Amino acid sequence: MALAFPFSAIVGQDEMKLAILAAAVDPRIGGVLVFGDRGTGKSTAVRALAALLPPMRALVGCRYACDPADRAPRCDDCATLKSAARPKTHLVPVPVVDLPLGATEDRVVGALDLERALTQGVKAFEPGLLARAHRGFLYIDEVNLLEDHLVDLLIDVAASGENVVEREGLSVRHPARFVLVGSGNPEEGELRPQLLDRFGLAVEVRTPTDLAQRVLVVRRRDAFERDPEAFCAEWHAEDERVRKRLVAARKHLDQVRVDDAALEQAARLCMALGTDGLRGELTLMRAARALAALDGERAVTDAHLQRAARPALRHRLRRDPLDDTDAGVRVDRALQEVFAP
Amino acid sequence: MTAAPPADPAWADAVWAATLLAVDPQGLGGIVLRAGAGPVRDRWTKLLHGLLPARTPWRRMPSHIADERLLGGLDLAATLQAGKPVAQRGLLAECDGGLLLLPMAERLGSDTAARLARALDDGEVGTERDGIAQRWPARVAVVAFDEGRNDDPPLPVALSDRLAFHADLSAVGLRACGDADHDVAAVLAARARLPSVTLDEPFAQALCATAMRMGVASLRASLLALRAARAAAALHGRHAVNEDDARLAARLVLAPRATTLPAPPEPPPEEPPPPPESDTPPPPLNEQDVQELEERLVEAAQAALPAQLLAALLNGEVARSGGRVGALSASPRSGRPVGSRAGLPRGGARLNLIDTLRAAAPWQRLRAAEAPPGRQRIHVRGSDLRIARLQQRAATATLFVIDASGSSALHRMAEAKGAVNLLLAECYVRRDQVGVIAFRGKGAQLLLPPTRSLVRAKRSLAELPGGGGTPLASGLQAALVTALQVRRSGAVPVVVLLTDGRANVGLSGAPGRSQAEADALQLARQLRAARLGALVVDTSPQPSPSARALAQAMGAPYRALPHAGAAELSAAVRALPRQA
Repeated sequence: MALAFPFSAIVGQDEMKLAILAAAVDPRIGGVLVFGDRGTGKSTAVRALAALLPPMRALVGCRYACDPADRAPRCDDCATLKSAARPKTHLVPVPVVDLPLGATEDRVVGALDLERALTQGVKAFEPGLLARAHRGFLYIDEVNLLEDHLVDLLIDVAASGENVVEREGLSVRHPARFVLVGSGNPEEGELRPQLLDRFGLAVEVRTPTDLAQRVLVVRRRDAFERDPEAFCAEWHAEDERVRKRLVAARKHLDQVRVDDAALEQAARLCMALGTDGLRGELTLMRAARALAALDGERAVTDAHLQRAARPALRHRLRRDPLDDTDAGVRVDRALQEVFAP
Repeated sequence: MTAAPPADPAWADAVWAATLLAVDPQGLGGIVLRAGAGPVRDRWTKLLHGLLPARTPWRRMPSHIADERLLGGLDLAATLQAGKPVAQRGLLAECDGGLLLLPMAERLGSDTAARLARALDDGEVGTERDGIAQRWPARVAVVAFDEGRNDDPPLPVALSDRLAFHADLSAVGLRACGDADHDVAAVLAARARLPSVTLDEPFAQALCATAMRMGVASLRASLLALRAARAAAALHGRHAVNEDDARLAARLVLAPRATTLPAPPEPPPEEPPPPPESDTPPPPLNEQDVQELEERLVEAAQAALPAQLLAALLNGEVARSGGRVGALSASPRSGRPVGSRAGLPRGGARLNLIDTLRAAAPWQRLRAAEAPPGRQRIHVRGSDLRIARLQQRAATATLFVIDASGSSALHRMAEAKGAVNLLLAECYVRRDQVGVIAFRGKGAQLLLPPTRSLVRAKRSLAELPGGGGTPLASGLQAALVTALQVRRSGAVPVVVLLTDGRANVGLSGAPGRSQAEADALQLARQLRAARLGALVVDTSPQPSPSARALAQAMGAPYRALPHAGAAELSAAVRALPRQA
């Protein structure tokens, strides 16, 4: 794989970068959807994240790269492996799996292993992309162009954390907990509300209109393409700082306090916006906690809630086809009401 | 270098684009060439081919290419021969290092365009299909021939945004074609020089500023302009970009993308733009020089604006570059595969080979034992055969044809807009496409080509102006043209006409009630003959006989707005016959 554009060299787009980092700190937030103009570095940011993530520990020989710390065996591989006296573990990179357009269902969910079936007559399961994405990220570029039947399937697996395969005489279930990251352009068509709701955070990206910033974007991109090695070396230290921040945030995420006052504010905000269900509040709280952890703080403050509100709630507002107001603006308005001194 | 005979400037630019593309095909992505099939295009194509080093891959891609041929997949013949899965490269991988030609690119669906865009971005193609997971290098450049006529939609923006050059040869005659000044040797020398060509900060700034002033929003365009300037410098044997190169890049890359006429230069900012913190310190540059350079680049780009575009820009008519929702297949025997079922491939059903193999696989050992030895590698029986289940994606496109004339506008306009808004919400739920046509004054205007974007539909509706005469016939004509276009693209058009039926401007644009009504009825009958699903919504305060007569001529159901609630309207729309 070619070198990825360094995460820290992405100009501007702070909300997108922050949302991606927050989702990496706490997978329970439930993924990020990046919607916006062409050529704003949506895919670049996601691919850059892959290079940033610290490796994870996994059982040797497990096709799903399960966590050795997990007590209950979750997959068939682990059940066998863990019965051994001392299962071996190793460090593997966190998977960031690209779901290419035109992928077929058998490769996404997994299917009968054709090679073994044809040559040995053995009925074996060949894991698909969902298995590969377990404990990592599943990235869908142009998510609004995805086939509807694949969308349904992804929604189901992302919600349950488990992939159940019943086809070709196979009956397999395996864990598939991944963070869904999608990107797309709203002009290509809108996303189904059910899928929209599955993403924890949603950010909108715009082409910068400031000349200096535009020149900087073009210059950096140009420098990267002319000499990727040198460019990445130049940004290595900066990327390393982001990585340390991410690791530290993950480590003390559980120690970040969310007191009742913050919860109350979150509830008030969701009520003011009239979001459906509790998912909004929950995501808002988790995102705020992840932001606090990224800042190295021990408790969630109003400032964290305010920063998390836009990405966490923007896509959960009840859709009124007659109201044209940008969702982000509506969130801002509610923020001003709730957090008015 | 030979002296070129006098040639049409459009031809000269297309030749420049071809030459620069030959120098840096992967970096520049490719070209959109607007030209019908014919000798001029053939000549240009031959010229481009001649500029490329020998044995550069050169492939044509039909716009209806299947995924397995584009991206790669299972090689069935080899699989059966070998008795184990064998992967086969797709067209993109076969074309690695070369050029991919797309005739009729305007017919390309946005899904295929997105696949090409991904290959252009990554320089490789990944396939996850039919049990094959593989990546192949695919550093291609795309030559997209846009054969659309004026009223056809342009090719998907996801693709055209990534192709550096947009040239137009549709108005160039064969006699106006000259020869190329460069040859393969020059191109090869330029390729060798290209990696060392530098581009100074002032040129980068001036090109970015030019892009902004011409309303080119995409940053990719600026980046492509930089690369084009470098390729031009390399071609001229220079090691640094100079002003001529930048001007050429502005003309070829930025000018065709312009959406606004460049505004007069802004007064110099009080403070020079803050230098990027972490980049190499920019050489001290004279603010004045950059400004002047930018002026000259804008001038060069402006001079290259095609006359048509210029006129449109002056009228402020260029649409925001819009995406296009996937072209859909119309034939009842096509569609998206959604799995397979046991059955025989007859009556037009397609065999799903992969699933057939999968069904046969578990039995191979048993069958091999039964069969006479040495005859065949894989034993497939009739009961294994699986046929593909296809799902029609032929979406409905609802065209709203809105009477925005004075007589309607006064009191009914708001209600009509409200009704359309409610129908829009319905369309959103069904994921239908929507288009908006308005007629007022002397003619009709397609405010919104069919799209699935609710945001754009609402925006176009909010901006709908009102007032003037009622050119009902023009409105119907626009509806007919657009509906037939929609049908060609594979979706099913449905026309919803909101009017009071009081036509007073004829098709020619001349006022006169009797002629106007005759024209309107004439077109209404044409709509009926085209067998379009239609609905007439009467927006006049009292149900008007003329609107009812119109509905009758169109063979369309009639609803009067005062009596029809939103629910009834949407039920009426849903009940319309949907003939593809």
